[in-house]
Amino acid sequence: MLLKPPLEFYSESLAGVAREDLQGKLIVIEGPDSVGRSTQVARLRTWLEHQGHAVLDTGLARGALAGKGISQAKEGNTLGPITMTLFYATDFADRLENEIVPALRAGFVVLTDRYIFSLMARAIARGEDRAWIERVASFALVPHAIYYLRAEVRDLVSRVVLGRGVFDHWESGMDMRFGADMHDSFVKYQARVILALDRMAKRYNFVVIDATKTPDQIFRELQRSIGKLF
Amino acid sequence: MPPLVPNRHRGKLIVVEGIDGSGKSTQLSLLSQWLQSKCIAVAFSEWNSSPLVRETTKRGKKKNMFTPVTFSLIHATDFADRLERYIVPLVKAGAVVCADRYAYTAFARDVVRGVSRRWVRNLYRFAIRPNLAFYFRVPLEVAIGRILGGRNAIKYYEAGMDMGLSRNVEESFRIFQARILDEYEAMIQEVGFHVIDATGSIEEQQQQMRDIVMQELGDSLRNGVLRATRGDLDAAQAAARIL
Repeated sequence: MLLKPPLEFYSESLAGVAREDLQGKLIVIEGPDSVGRSTQVARLRTWLEHQGHAVLDTGLARGALAGKGISQAKEGNTLGPITMTLFYATDFADRLENEIVPALRAGFVVLTDRYIFSLMARAIARGEDRAWIERVASFALVPHAIYYLRAEVRDLVSRVVLGRGVFDHWESGMDMRFGADMHDSFVKYQARVILALDRMAKRYNFVVIDATKTPDQIFRELQRSIGKLF
Repeated sequence: MPPLVPNRHRGKLIVVEGIDGSGKSTQLSLLSQWLQSKCIAVAFSEWNSSPLVRETTKRGKKKNMFTPVTFSLIHATDFADRLERYIVPLVKAGAVVCADRYAYTAFARDVVRGVSRRWVRNLYRFAIRPNLAFYFRVPLEVAIGRILGGRNAIKYYEAGMDMGLSRNVEESFRIFQARILDEYEAMIQEVGFHVIDATGSIEEQQQQMRDIVMQELGDSLRNGVLRATRGDLDAAQAAARIL
């Protein structure tokens, strides 16, 4: 079920990257907004470090090149769907080449909160062509494991309401106006994101984890599976 | 590889391509003035000009942060922004959009930088296909003479210095442009360029362009695209001044 090293690219190789030099592990936590990914990433990091592994954790739009530009663009009201997809792809490539690959070379465990799959799912949810975005993102490395925290839209809605207490413009897909208000748009948009992720599960070897379980249960499940990678 | 998206709208898209110093911008500017003089609604779009992406591109260039892939992606982001916010709405509205460089610039330049031909062609698949694409063919030495004569300094990325071709800026620029030229030449059939001999006089080239425009788009220019009356133009110019 889990892929073993050496790491491979999906189809386009990055210049200057020799796969056999990548000694670390690449572990991806995927899932829709508010599903509880970051909680798990934080706990996994501590646990892995206790085990003696050096960990790099990274996530969407955190790169030095494009991270700031993306947040600025999201504050305005002119960011189109294709532009957004490509801006995120730029950030992803920057982090892959300048953070993830160097960390893997140095033997780190790279723990990434989302990978190309969220990027692709958001694009597909906005009506962009699946084959197009898959090929755009095909310079990504095939991770050792991809954990997909899966929940239904109604679970996400209650987490938003009980947690932050307010719907986010972009997480609701309000740029596309999927519904009359933030709630309606959130429900429709997130259902599309979940559908897109579900459709990737088999093709990309996702390990699907039921995110409606308690955080402790999910953490133990992740621990058991990740433990097998070493 | 599937081609770009066909333009099914009322407006038209005309693009010019060629290496630096080929004279394409001068020619496009003359063409657009001619179209305007015929009361046709014309709009301009330049490569690498989206305000949304500008800061990121600047940061990357200043700190030499780009790799071939991120360089290609940030330019595609810039292009997508201009396409989504500017080019597509205007073409839908019936304007003739004149673009100084288009996706083909990326097909040539990004490939020379090291991304695959297939990948970069897929990357731009969302773009609408131009109704006319002119390629200004010029020998390398002529183009370089024009560049070195006219401008002060060639910039780092413009010279392809990121590729480590040579430590000498001028030498690097020469090698880089020669490779771009080869890529352009190789895609003529594939993308359907109208080739203009850019060593001819400015007037000759312009006449050739106008002839091709009339031959290919004459009917739509006479009857189809958005046209303005003299009064519209005056009012629009007055409004633009107020803004």
